Amino acid sequence: MTPQLIATVLLFAPLLGAAIAGLSGRRIGNIASQSITTGLLFLACALSWTTFLGVALGDVPDFTVKLLPFINVGDFQSAWSIRIDTLSSVMLIVVTTVSALVHLYSWGYMAEDDSRPRFFAYLSLFTFAMLMLVTAADFMQLFFGWEGVGLASYLLIGFWYKKPTASAAAIKAFVVNRVGDFGFALGIMTCFWMFKSIEFAEIFPQIAARAGTTWSFVGRDWSAIDLACVLLFIGAMGKSAQFFLHTWLPDAMEGPTPVSALIHAATMVTAGVYMVCLLSPMFEYAPMARTIVTVIGAVTALFAATVGLAQNDIKRVIAYSTCSQLGYMFFAAGVGAYQAAMFHLFTHAFFKALLFLGAGSVIHGMHHEQDMRKMGGLWRLLPVTYAVMLIGTLAITGFGIPGVDLGFAGFYSKDTIIEASWAAGRENPAAQFAFVVSLFAAGLTAYYSWRLAFMTFHGKAKWGEAAAHADHAHDDHAHDPDHARGDAAVHGHDDHGHHGHDLKPHESPLPMLVPLILLSVGALAAGWAFVEYFVGHHQGEFWHGSIFNAATNHILHEAHDAPAWVVWAPLAVSATGLFIAWYVYVLNEGMGARLAARKGPLWRFLYNKWFFDELYEATFVRGARLLGDLFWKGGDQKIIDGLGPDGVSAVSLAVGQGTGRLQTGYVYHYAFVMLLGIAGLLTFALFQFRG
Amino acid sequence: MTGILSLITYSPLIGVVAILAVRGLARPGANTDGAVRWIALATTVATFALSVLMLSGFDQGASGFQFMEDFAAFSGLHYRMGVDGISVLFVVLTAFLMPLCIAASWKTIDNRVGEYMIAFLVLEVLVIGVFTALDLILFYVFFEFSLVPMFLIIGIWGGQRRIYAAFKFFLYTLLGSVLMLAAVLGMIGIAGTSSIPELMAYKFDPTLQTWLWLAFFASFAVKMPMWPVHTWLPDAHVEAPTAGSVILAGILLKLGGYGFMRFSLPMFPQASELWAPLVFGLSAIAIIYTSLVAFRQTDIKKLIAYSSVAHMGFVTMGIFSGNVQGEQGALFQMISHGVISGALFLCVGVVYDRMHTREIAFYGGLTQRMPWYAAVFLLFTMGNVGLPGTSGFVGEILTLTGTYQVSTWTALLATTGVILSAVYALSLYRRVMFGELNNPALAQINDLEWREVAIFAPLIVSTLYLGVYPASIFNITDASVQALVSAYRAAIGG
Repeated sequence: MTPQLIATVLLFAPLLGAAIAGLSGRRIGNIASQSITTGLLFLACALSWTTFLGVALGDVPDFTVKLLPFINVGDFQSAWSIRIDTLSSVMLIVVTTVSALVHLYSWGYMAEDDSRPRFFAYLSLFTFAMLMLVTAADFMQLFFGWEGVGLASYLLIGFWYKKPTASAAAIKAFVVNRVGDFGFALGIMTCFWMFKSIEFAEIFPQIAARAGTTWSFVGRDWSAIDLACVLLFIGAMGKSAQFFLHTWLPDAMEGPTPVSALIHAATMVTAGVYMVCLLSPMFEYAPMARTIVTVIGAVTALFAATVGLAQNDIKRVIAYSTCSQLGYMFFAAGVGAYQAAMFHLFTHAFFKALLFLGAGSVIHGMHHEQDMRKMGGLWRLLPVTYAVMLIGTLAITGFGIPGVDLGFAGFYSKDTIIEASWAAGRENPAAQFAFVVSLFAAGLTAYYSWRLAFMTFHGKAKWGEAAAHADHAHDDHAHDPDHARGDAAVHGHDDHGHHGHDLKPHESPLPMLVPLILLSVGALAAGWAFVEYFVGHHQGEFWHGSIFNAATNHILHEAHDAPAWVVWAPLAVSATGLFIAWYVYVLNEGMGARLAARKGPLWRFLYNKWFFDELYEATFVRGARLLGDLFWKGGDQKIIDGLGPDGVSAVSLAVGQGTGRLQTGYVYHYAFVMLLGIAGLLTFALFQFRG
Repeated sequence: MTGILSLITYSPLIGVVAILAVRGLARPGANTDGAVRWIALATTVATFALSVLMLSGFDQGASGFQFMEDFAAFSGLHYRMGVDGISVLFVVLTAFLMPLCIAASWKTIDNRVGEYMIAFLVLEVLVIGVFTALDLILFYVFFEFSLVPMFLIIGIWGGQRRIYAAFKFFLYTLLGSVLMLAAVLGMIGIAGTSSIPELMAYKFDPTLQTWLWLAFFASFAVKMPMWPVHTWLPDAHVEAPTAGSVILAGILLKLGGYGFMRFSLPMFPQASELWAPLVFGLSAIAIIYTSLVAFRQTDIKKLIAYSSVAHMGFVTMGIFSGNVQGEQGALFQMISHGVISGALFLCVGVVYDRMHTREIAFYGGLTQRMPWYAAVFLLFTMGNVGLPGTSGFVGEILTLTGTYQVSTWTALLATTGVILSAVYALSLYRRVMFGELNNPALAQINDLEWREVAIFAPLIVSTLYLGVYPASIFNITDASVQALVSAYRAAIGG
């Protein structure tokens, strides 16, 4: 098979699976739907690795397959295409590998759900949209994939549609993403205005020549390329849940856990990072936009990590951790280290999918309990899950020994980002801010990650008969919103509805453990195996032009020269975070709960996620309702209708009171007036043409 | 294929004659409704087949009018027909939607079936006539009379407040018609011809253009409808029977947009440029204002009606951007909206036929009982939201791109429509389809039956086909739109 054919097959295999499972799932049954979608995904995965090995590491040249014209209007030319280079092939393997494993995992996790064909169809549909996104050769296909993954995300978050919280979360995700897409769409229009094209291959070569274009708006001249990049970045903020547009991601945890692992951790939410790296030829000429990217990324990294400290829902902790890690990727791209951003995206996909699926295994074993305060001591009962979660935790906290250059996956990628932001920070205050944040947030990451591990697997068991009584006696979280939501999750889809609290937690079945073990291999080795290619000495040959660095950008080189204190600092802060978590949750078990029970202002601020939801509810949501009512009842009914038709009708009704049969009357009136008009017209025309 | 346009236009009259004959020949007291329905369906399908035949013979490379018919009637009056890339698709769209409307009325209309079908067939004649007429007088006759059958459909087969709705409809339209009639008389008087191609070539004095433009605008703006003359539409939709709404949203709303592209832009280019800011302003208001109003509706049909006004805002904005992206986007948006909004009204019809209420609060949790309906409704909801891959996206992005080149502010404001459409459309879908099935009245509601599936199937295929391969449309419209834009640019000296 030619590389072009391989790429085509791997792209459409998930779509085929989605179509089969979605349209005839009920006829062919659960097992057939699962087998077909999963089988096609593993095929796509194998072909993706073939493509990656050929293009990124072998000697297959980059290529683009043109399939069909899409929108072709004047200069606005777009085609359905498959653009393969190192950057897109890295995404191919990330997407298809995690997706294939998540498909397999769902065999076990969703075993008791009665609409499995629909679930697998959505998963495969998502994968297709994501592949379309990464292989786009122009902005239109990129946008297609971008919104397509948004649709799949909406469908999967709301998969348990009977749950009101799930459908609310689904809408929230879609709408907040649309806010981002508002910026994205305007960014595309700005690009078209600047370059008279929306094709990457047409735009990129023109950038250097047109970087000086300015754009007048509200009485000032702005750099058009900066404007375009900022607008496009707003799209990335929505999709990647960055500060201001992050509120949908924690709520998206309403979806089934495999979905959280695939979409809301490993792949879709990284699309924003991918876009910034893909558009590195533009961002390299947009210093203002890059400063914004750096600051927003750094603020998100810090913000999400602080919120993660105080959450009790196991999935929400990981969701905030995702948000925070995405912030790392963004400020890495912002300081110009796109390669490091992509490297972290790559390693993060493995260990974050691992953490989520591990959490799913815990939730499954705990009969759909998500509140970590009701767990504890699980390591004995879920040994495999415990082991892989430990690996995931070590990977996300970036554990490794700088001196011998050996560590878990996150060690290589996160430390590169920290070193790059240090290097950039010597001249750039935004990068300096990012560097400080990155160290601090690394400590927080270690704290909340280990807190999760300790609360879940260590300490006293807080489940079962005895614990249940004690729990009710305390009853301090009966009014807790998260708690209520957790219960709804149990009853909303009655998989486990008939199980009581008396059942012991259990280890997960094999289809769930195999993906966990494979992902833990990735979390162990993905950094060590690929560091030289992504950000090391071979990075030039590896990326061969798919990421652009301006001639003045030597950030990766400078990052390697970071002094010893910068190199060792991440280990030191993570160790501190680990120690505090151990002190609070293991050595003095119960201390964390006591601290939380005091409900101090800082705790409340963090627990309520900096009150963003409340703020948005009070402004945007209420504002839209009020304006809608004002326009409808005030504008349309009172003013327009009142002065227009209703006013006239009141007058004419007063005049024609008692005539009755109004409706037929009006038709005749109208027809009469029309006839008169046309008679007049004809008469006039006859006179006109006679002369 | 000379003469095919007249054949298409008047072919529904064969059905009218057949229906009258069947009723006249039947024994007194015999029920002819079944036969009448089949005659109407067969006639509209035949008309659609003819329109496809015509499209297959359409020369995509030519920018001018094709299949021209021109013969002198009497005293200098002419009968002129022809289509170009701008009008040809509307003919096909009308012929495409009509059989679906007949099928959608199959069971729900059981009162005066013969008159109902005749009203639809006559409506089809008049609407196709609007798009094929190349003589101003002929156009005016079709244009104004097309409202009469619509009136009857709302007034006789409509809901409880049909009198009010028909009155409102009448009042708005009348004002526009009178002004447009004056302008038509004036134009013929000055140019000395009523031939549309000749009028397009005629250069009207810029000051005069302003007045003519405003007179046409009064009529077309009501038809679109543009803000603030839109309030007749929600009432008309709510009272109209399902098929009436489909035609109203699918076809009649396009008469205004077609008018702008056929008359305002080519005949009054300077005035179009002069008044473009007005149109931009009204379009942006329409998009934001009616989207927010749609969000607060409690009646499913009203919500969709308001969303139609918002979508038409993209059309008017695109048309007056005066560039290729704007015009193509506007044309595409009109075709796409014809399919999607028609389908959405049919979706409302599905539950209305079963439960006889359109109150959103009555529903909830329908997905449980109606999974196929849920999938169909979701697809068209996504089309309404403008999701890429459905036809709803293409027109939006192109009209926005076109407008952005001319007026950044307008594009900026209009782009908020992509957020607001998601808000109202998804909250509607959630309130009707998601949640628990709590209303006991819904416990036995049934999923789509084969007749409904057959109605939706062509609409689903069209929505996806046009969404994935819109180039098939642009190839047809390209030459005429290019000619329109270059003539406009030349006239305004840009």
